[in-house]
Amino acid sequence: MSNQYQERSAVVRIIFLAIGLIFIVRLAFLQLFDSDLRRQADSQALRHITQYPARGLIYDRNGELLVYNEAVYDLKVIPKMVKRLDTNMFCSVVGISRDEFDARMRKACKYSTYSASMFMKQISKEEYASWENHLYKFRGFYVQQRTLRVYDRPIAAHVLGYIGEVNDDEIKADSYYKQGDYIGKSGLELSYEEVLRGIKGDRIMHVDVHNREIGPYLNGAHDTLAVEGGNLYTTIDANLQEYAEGLMANKRGCIVAIEPSTGEVLTLVSAPCYDPNLLVGRVRGENYLKLQQDISKPLFNRALQAQYPPGSIFKVAQAMTALSLGVIEPGQGFPCDKSLVGCHNHPSARSVQEAIKMSCNPYFYYTYRRIIQQNKYKSIYKDSPYGLTVWDDYMHRFGFGQRLGIDLPNVRSGRIPDTAFYNKKYGEGRWAFSTIYSNSIGQGEVEVVPIQMANLACIVANRGYYITPHLVRYYGPDSTRNEEFYERHETGINPAYFEIAANGMYDVVHGAGGTAHRANIPDIDVCGKTGTAQNIGDDHSVFIAFAPKTNPKIAVAVYVENARGGGGYWAAPIASLVIEKYIRGEVTRKDVERMYREAAPCQKLPLPKTVKKKKK
Amino acid sequence: MENKIDWVSLLLYLAILLFGWLNIYAACYDEAHSAVFDFSTRHGKQLIWIGVSLVLALVITLIEPNVFSSMAYLIYIVVIGLLVVVLFIGTVTKGGLSWIDFGPFKFQPAEFAKFATALALSKYMSSLDLDYRQLRTKLIAWSFILLPAAIIILQHDTGSALVFASFLLPMYREGMSPHILVFGLVAVVLFVLALLVNKFIIIGVLAAIALFYLFVWLNKRTRKHYVWVAALFLGCSLFTVSVDFAFDKVLQPHQRDRIYVLLGKTDDKSNTGYNVNQSKIAIGSGGLFGKGFLKGTITKADFVPEQETDFIFCTVGEEWGFVGSSLLILAYIGLLFRLIRLAERQYSKFSRFYGYSVASILFLHIFINIGMVLGLLPVIGIPLPFFSYGGSSLMAFTILLFIFLRQDQARTKLM
Repeated sequence: MSNQYQERSAVVRIIFLAIGLIFIVRLAFLQLFDSDLRRQADSQALRHITQYPARGLIYDRNGELLVYNEAVYDLKVIPKMVKRLDTNMFCSVVGISRDEFDARMRKACKYSTYSASMFMKQISKEEYASWENHLYKFRGFYVQQRTLRVYDRPIAAHVLGYIGEVNDDEIKADSYYKQGDYIGKSGLELSYEEVLRGIKGDRIMHVDVHNREIGPYLNGAHDTLAVEGGNLYTTIDANLQEYAEGLMANKRGCIVAIEPSTGEVLTLVSAPCYDPNLLVGRVRGENYLKLQQDISKPLFNRALQAQYPPGSIFKVAQAMTALSLGVIEPGQGFPCDKSLVGCHNHPSARSVQEAIKMSCNPYFYYTYRRIIQQNKYKSIYKDSPYGLTVWDDYMHRFGFGQRLGIDLPNVRSGRIPDTAFYNKKYGEGRWAFSTIYSNSIGQGEVEVVPIQMANLACIVANRGYYITPHLVRYYGPDSTRNEEFYERHETGINPAYFEIAANGMYDVVHGAGGTAHRANIPDIDVCGKTGTAQNIGDDHSVFIAFAPKTNPKIAVAVYVENARGGGGYWAAPIASLVIEKYIRGEVTRKDVERMYREAAPCQKLPLPKTVKKKKK
Repeated sequence: MENKIDWVSLLLYLAILLFGWLNIYAACYDEAHSAVFDFSTRHGKQLIWIGVSLVLALVITLIEPNVFSSMAYLIYIVVIGLLVVVLFIGTVTKGGLSWIDFGPFKFQPAEFAKFATALALSKYMSSLDLDYRQLRTKLIAWSFILLPAAIIILQHDTGSALVFASFLLPMYREGMSPHILVFGLVAVVLFVLALLVNKFIIIGVLAAIALFYLFVWLNKRTRKHYVWVAALFLGCSLFTVSVDFAFDKVLQPHQRDRIYVLLGKTDDKSNTGYNVNQSKIAIGSGGLFGKGFLKGTITKADFVPEQETDFIFCTVGEEWGFVGSSLLILAYIGLLFRLIRLAERQYSKFSRFYGYSVASILFLHIFINIGMVLGLLPVIGIPLPFFSYGGSSLMAFTILLFIFLRQDQARTKLM
């Protein structure tokens, strides 16, 4: 009797087993296949606190600190967590009006009530210290430390560049950035952004259901430390830079000085200059707008971005090309025939060296004609394009018509017109030497960027090669070097010809009939070449130089916009002051120095009026 | 001559007990109170309950085994009395009026009603000359079950009352018609469908099934078939139509919400659905091997309310992962299988019926509790046996289990 229905125990077991299996399958779904749950768990229980690394510092070539950081504080608010706030007290402590508080709060609420948004930006260390002790009373508010750039000497703004908040495109392009981060926007800050920014750290805090921090998640096992940004050790000579900027006061134009043997840029000035401190902190937006609207374009880096007609300095490259092609001999003479192209009064040049010294326009007309018309074809409409192609190649060897690989952003290429250019401009077969001869004297369609002019001076100084101009020697904790800045770019032209050029340029400064005696410095052999570039408006004054003649230490290009009086009058003495300052450490010709520092050659343009940062 | 106590059951019991305590320790862990023997904490208190339970278990194994059957009705009457007393002097906890205060400790008679009913019903079902087919017998048997269940419903503890449905299984084993189980299943399915689907569609489908059965499935049709199918169809249809009424009038608002949340009709993760959603997040974030003991980020941060009591299983899910949770489920199923096996080897009908009752009561708790935590069943607050924090439930489950183990140990003496 007792074991009737015993088979029913199997049914009971099956029920138990079925439920157990259902649970295990359900567990598998939740735990093995639903990664969303894990994500949700992390997002609600873990709070990531970004540790911002200090941005790398920037030094000059002598180890002087040019750019460093200063701590500031951003006050942030999570509107949902603001509770029982004594608004009046808050306003008086933080130093804002009630209306301002309401406006800022509305803006924060509009962004998000649950996540943090900016309440007040860039509060100085001193200001923050004065009310830091009150902060605990204001639930929902907290501060985040940020760093601002500080420049003790207000120099080299165009080289150093500036940083600014990332925009949406930059966030999209690189996942490193989050809203509110800073990024290099121009200059070295931009081109070495990845070195300077360092690596962000991440501290993970475990928070409870009330959003209170319990402690570091897994005792910090998954935390990462911020890695400081790498420092830049630049080639800039801060003293020379400051001096050169002083010389360019009241002028528009630029100065580029390079150490020829290494390609290291010693000084890079674009005038008008501005104080880099203007683009830092809370005054940045306002100042930026003013600088941007200024008609003298202070934000425009003329040394890298202005494309000027080079004027007569271009003749040096023409002479070298013609000698190298063998179309003239060093002892070649040409009459100064002003019917071909205008010239100033001087005796006819009897050699290349004299032609450079006297900067004879007809001489280079003849020379250029021999380069362009090599009699390879009967038709001049075929012969000239051939010659132009050969010439193009030489010009590129001098670094013209191409972007020099300098480590600054937005450098321009200038223009060396090629056959395609003229075919487009005049039509194929409709142009020849007679159409393009102005190129010979650095006018016409030729355009050169000032850094390329300085580079030309380097090529002569080095007697035939250049090293890509650059601004950073090495960077980061491992003193990393850019290998491309150790590579010689050869022109392939016999150094003996460059000796002729150097002699000619020496005569420009020192010889009878030279065009730049104002560049003469006692006891220093300066070699230079003047240029007076015609353009709409007053001529630009141009001068390139290097010194000393043997083992040159410095090569300079000076470009002064709309300066009546030619290259010898404005640019040459300014270049000589830069050279003297660099080689000697100080300038003996105080009268020359004073005169050119105060002079304002060009039509006066209002210099930018900007907001000064409040002195602390 | 007595046998040894069944060591498989004993080991599974101890293992679940220990694992449960570790999870309670994790669920209420905080660095300030991490001492194991800190009796101001819940894990400390649970340690006391475990100690008391083990003593109770030992005492039970020393008692003469036939005492339980002879005292069954007495125990039942005493517990029913306590349940009634609770209605008058009980304290309200979490919406349920089911506790009696004893100084610092609280005591929940409903937990003890389970084994008392099991004893009394076993006693009744094992009476000599009992004819289960008689209506009178059925009525008396059901009265044993429904009386405590009704009082517990009056205490607003629907979950505990639901547990009395577990006696369906031992009754089934002893000869109750399997149709009752099938009816129960059909009723649940229809109930859920009625809430989700248009009722006319359900009735249409029911009609289609009935017609299919009558005219396609059956080769020969008798009048009896017509009558039965028509009656079943009408019954099911009426049930379907009346679901709304029952749902609105019989269930409490919070119960309706819980069912709606489960069925996905309301998506309220901040209120009613909060608990289950957090529980799923905690379990789901555990992955294959879990985050490790005391490393559950959700567990430690109090995201899941009731975590050391009814929602303790999500601690297992988070910290011990799929492997740990599955092993726990397997341990429970193993214990249930073992109990069925032990029940089947009893010589006395009392012991066998009681054994089935024990397995079924434990099963229903496990089913409802884990089903709820996994989001498969509506939120019904009942503890996970031997696992959830709570003295009354742990002691009651221990008594429930060890009375049976004691019966099994002495099975050769109890004929």
